[in-house]
Parts: sequence; structure tokens; C-alpha cells
Amino acid sequence: MYNVISAKDIDALKKISGENSVFTGEEINHDYSHDELGGIEKMPDVLVRVHTTEEISQIMKLAYDRNIPVTVRGSGTGLVGAAVAVKGGILLETTGMNKIIELDRDNLTVTVQPGVLLMELAAFAEENDFLYPPDPGEKSATIGGNISTNAGGMRAVKYGVTRDYVRELTVVMPNGEIMKLGGKVAKNSSGYSLKDLVIGSEGTLAIITEAVLKLVPLPKVSISLLVPFPDMKSALEAVPHIIRSKVTPTAIEYMSRDTILFSESYLGKKFPDTKNEAYILLTFDGNTDEQVENDLNSVADLCLSIGALDAYIVDTEERKKSVWSARGAFLEAIKASTTEMDECDVVVPGNKIDEFIVFTHKLSEKYNIRIPSFGHAGDGNLHIYICRDDLDDRQWQEKLSLCFDEMYKKAEEIGGLVSGEHGIGYAKKEFLKKQYGDSHIALMQGIKKVFDPKNILNPEKVCF
Amino acid sequence: MKILVCVKQVPGSNNVEVDPVTGVLKRNGIASKMNPYDLYGIETALSLAEEYGAEVESITMGPPQAKTVIEETVCMGAKKGTVLSDRKFAGADVLATAYTLSQGIKKTGEFDIIICGKQTTDGDTAQVGAEVAEYLGIPNVSNVMSVDAVRGRRVFVTASLDEQIVKMSVKMPCLISVENDINSPRLPSYKRKQTLSEDAVSFLSFDDFDDKNPDHYGLNGSATQVERIFPPEKNTDKTVIDGTAEKQTQALFDVIVSKKLV
Repeated sequence: MYNVISAKDIDALKKISGENSVFTGEEINHDYSHDELGGIEKMPDVLVRVHTTEEISQIMKLAYDRNIPVTVRGSGTGLVGAAVAVKGGILLETTGMNKIIELDRDNLTVTVQPGVLLMELAAFAEENDFLYPPDPGEKSATIGGNISTNAGGMRAVKYGVTRDYVRELTVVMPNGEIMKLGGKVAKNSSGYSLKDLVIGSEGTLAIITEAVLKLVPLPKVSISLLVPFPDMKSALEAVPHIIRSKVTPTAIEYMSRDTILFSESYLGKKFPDTKNEAYILLTFDGNTDEQVENDLNSVADLCLSIGALDAYIVDTEERKKSVWSARGAFLEAIKASTTEMDECDVVVPGNKIDEFIVFTHKLSEKYNIRIPSFGHAGDGNLHIYICRDDLDDRQWQEKLSLCFDEMYKKAEEIGGLVSGEHGIGYAKKEFLKKQYGDSHIALMQGIKKVFDPKNILNPEKVCF
Repeated sequence: MKILVCVKQVPGSNNVEVDPVTGVLKRNGIASKMNPYDLYGIETALSLAEEYGAEVESITMGPPQAKTVIEETVCMGAKKGTVLSDRKFAGADVLATAYTLSQGIKKTGEFDIIICGKQTTDGDTAQVGAEVAEYLGIPNVSNVMSVDAVRGRRVFVTASLDEQIVKMSVKMPCLISVENDINSPRLPSYKRKQTLSEDAVSFLSFDDFDDKNPDHYGLNGSATQVERIFPPEKNTDKTVIDGTAEKQTQALFDVIVSKKLV
């Protein structure tokens, strides 16, 4: 059992973080009770806006001594309730730790605090002629959050995911100890990679207070291709052909006409083409026009030979903005199209995507419920949304549960996993347990116990 | 019906540097692209063609490499286009550019509607369209927000006059300059690019024009001279407002009021 926060604890927190950074009761905005998807709600007892590693260390020492649960939150853009303080206690908000500390041109790294937003880091890197490759759709997420979920994003096909770009983490352990994990090094075979355990641990093992991230030189040329297909099946069937062709686009996204229309009405901006049922959006990058055009031409020719209706060239800043801003808004657009929704972020082998999406279409018919989707066709990570629309509470819960059960079962059958990049948090725990089984979960719980013997850091998440 | 769209090749990035000594734009190494405002003109033309049946052509003035923007209009759906290119056209201001275009248009054919973008991203004058119409002796409507209908020999448009929105009809042949939020321009088609033929782009030079007085073109024909080009001052001042949501809101409100934005 945890201790309830006392007036003395609040005073101690104010002493550590300052009067103006500690909030209780009605001073805490309701938004802090949930994340972006909003299904899981609980107000923290106290909200602390933290600014330094030492401060967090002192807070954790207090929480450890007093046995008070602590949950860390960045921008609150998560989708599985990971940043919700489900046991109350202290909520640490890291958005004030938003400094870019160092750009190391010799080692091609950037050192950041966890509250730096993805869009800020991306812009900073680009201004300095570098690329920070991870590119999740939610640009206002914090880097701390991206690392905590091992976010992937749209360039994963060529560049990999957040984990591939984390060199070193400064973390505060649940007992308040400050540790550095990993290092500003390109190789590391020095024992168990604790850094990699923390990445993707959704704030359950340690609190990330600084990160050294790898950058790559900014490719000089980048062109996208929007390829229309007569239907989703033929669009998705084209993807394995593209992968087999050995041209490596940075991104292969799929989108349906319906989803594009939602984003049009959400953004109030027309998409350049909505005449066709399904689209694949690809990006190619490189250092010369010739190289990028060769890649683009060979994929365009390939797509045309297997049923694409055309291939539209997205080559200027304005064109990229018109297409990619719509892509970036899909989640919010689908959310705005319905009364409530829940999501499934499974990842399946790349050549099974079409099978899985066709399956969700059948589910949609079977349960008479709307299931729009979009996602990363190139890496098998799908974002599938079950929309409540005008269903009553009972129907909604029943259909949602049936759809989820069938979807996760199907994903497992074809070699997929529960989450590609959004994480497990609170909402997907049961599906993870079902897929992984007791031994696997016991290992995870054992790791958690070593890091956090009192189970005060983000309790009830991932494997508990 | 025949529609002509005027387009221009501009620097590919909005961050072109100005040489602080010579005041000349540093174009070297900077890729070029179609003036983004012109894309709305092309889309307007192609949409009209789809709805009412028309042949769409494009025209530009520039160096021989401006051929690529004409090809781009063809990839978007235009039938063909013309590049007006001659050393004598170099250094043209708004007036000389408009005159050159009007001479070129006369040699290219007869058009029912000529469509221009609102302005260019490099010159930013937003005057060439109206001046071309003047030289051709045809009516002109600027700031067109929508083309509502084409009936008989009249085009019905909605245009913005700063404080008023006017609906009017204009007799063909006419020239309209369209706003940049009039539509969402279509993307160039790879399929059309693959089938681009040699004769999709024609070139016309000074010798092809009716008016062969060199003083009417380029630097000689320009009524204005550029004295100095300098980059705009960059203001990166940032103010961070701290405090509770209420305090931040009040402080932000005070800033907005003090700057007389409301």
C-alpha cells in the first residue's frame, strides 16, 4: 500500500521545486488526468513541474522514503494511458526541461533534456544540416516520451526507430540515484544494455532526465511519391514488391480515401488528390537529384506495372506540406470524426499487412462498426481505430472488446506483436499478457523489481 | 475554349541569401521551382477545362532552363507550353516583363481566358497579370477567389477587394489573377512525365516577335531600376511567459492589447 500525500510532503516538494512549480487540488487542470486518447482517467494528488535532474533525484528520494507513487508525463500525447497517475501520488511534468544542451559535430550527436519537443529537435537538427531520423506523426510529443515508448514513425523503413538513435541516457532511479546509461560511443558491448531496457519502458524503470541522441547528415534531396490504387488491397499488395525491389524509401505509408477526407474536413484544407480509393505515400532521400530520381523512377515504374493508376510527384516544400500535413493529422482527424475511439497499434510482418487490413474490413462488416486505419506499410506497423459513433455504452464496450480480441488474436497468428510504437501503458496490458504468457511477463516483472523494488515508479503499467 | 496560364521559375527555397556587397541574390547552387502561386492558376485552368471542356497551355519568360516549369505544367495536365527566352529579355522589370509576355502571347495563339497567379515569391509585385491584360487590351480581374461559372462568352468570378467581396462577370477574352487559397493544386503525374514529347515545349525569341524594337524589352525597356536589394530584417525576439495558466493568459492578453492587435 502506498502512503497518501500529506501536507508535509507538499511542503517538502515545494522546498525542492519551488512554490510555483507544485500544484494540488483544483490548481491541477483536468487534462493531467488523462492522455490524448482519454480512456483512462485519474487525477494525480500533486503535480510538480520539474526542471533539473537534481530536483527529480530529490523528489524520488522523498517518494522512495515515503512510499509514494510517481508518474512521469511529457506532453501527454500518449495513447495507452502510460502517463496517467492511475494510483494517484506525484505527477512529474518534464515539459519545462526543454533545453537543447549540446550539438557535438565531431561525434554527430545532440544532447537534449527530455521535455524538448520532437518538432523542436527536428527543426534544430535541420537548421544545422543534420537529420534526426525518427519521425512519429505526433510532432508535439516530447523526446522523453518518444524514448519511453521507443516511438518509430514514418522514416523507420530506412532509418529505424528511436532506440537506434539513443546513445546515452541520464536517468534518475526510483530511489533517487542519478545514473548514466550507455555513452557517447558508436559501439557498446559492455555488459547488459540497461539503456536499452529503459528505452521503451514507458516510465516504469527510471526517469529519463537527459539524452544523447545520434544525428545523421541531412540528405540534400528528398522527394515523395503519392501513388493512387483502385482499392486498398492492391495498394497494400504493392508494398512487398517495393521492398523486394531493394530500393529503400525512407517511408512507405498507406492511406484510404476516407481517412484523407476526414483530414480534409479536420484541417479545412483540400488534399491534392481524392479521386482514388487508396494511396501509398513514399519518400526517397539522398544526396544527389540523380540518385533520388533513379530510386523514385524505378518504384514509380514498378507500381504502375502492378496496378497503380498513376504516381504523383511531391517535390517542392509546398507540395510536401500539402500531403504530409494531412498525413500528420490523420489521428486527430479520425478522432474528430467520431464520438469516441480506441486504437490498435499492432505490428505485423511487412508481407502480412494486406491480410491484416482485409481482416479489419471484415470485422467492420461483421460487427457493423467503423474501423478506419492508416499506417506504416513499409514496416508493418498499423494504426487501426475503432469508432464508437452513435453506439450506446453497452454496445460500444461489447463491440470494442470483441473487435480487439479478434484483432490481437489475428495479429499473433500471422507473427505480429501487440504494439509497434504506441506502447502498452495501462490500456494494452491484458493483450500483452495474453500474447507473451507467464514466463515472459515474469521476466519483465523481475526486471521491474530490480529497478524499482518498492514499485513506486509508474505502477500498474506494462507488465503489472 | 482555350486557356493560357502564365508561370515563372523561381528559386527553390524561400531562404535565398542576398550578397551583402553586391546586393544580388545568390542563386548559385540553389535549385529552382515553379512559382508556388502559379500552381493555383494551373489548377484553376485544369478544373475549368474538366468542367467546361478546354485546351490548356502555359507560357513563361526566362532562361532556356525555364523549360522545366513548362514541362511541369504539362505533367499536371496542360497540353503544351512556350518559353520566351532571349538575352534581350534579361533584366526586365514588371513593365518590360508584362510587355514581353504580351508579345509572346500574341504569337502563341488566341486565348479565351488567361490565368495568372497572384504574385511571385521572388519579385512579389503582383502586377504582371494586370499589365499583360492592359497590353493585350483585354479586361482583367485580380484577387479572384473563385471562378463560379463560364456561360456563353462570359466568365463569372468572385474577387476580393480588401474590404469587399465582389461577384462579377467578365467578357472573354479576359485575364484573371487568382488568390492562393482558391484551390488545392494537383500534383504532377509521373505517367504524363514519362510520355512527355519533344514538341510539348516551344521556344520563342526576340526575332519571333512583331515588335522588334529592342528598347521595349529587358533592362532597356524597364521603367524602374533596382537600386538595392537587401534581406528583410529577421526578428527572432522571443518572450516566454511563466506562471500559472491564469497568469499566463492575463500576461498574453496584456501583450496583445499593448500591441493593439485587438
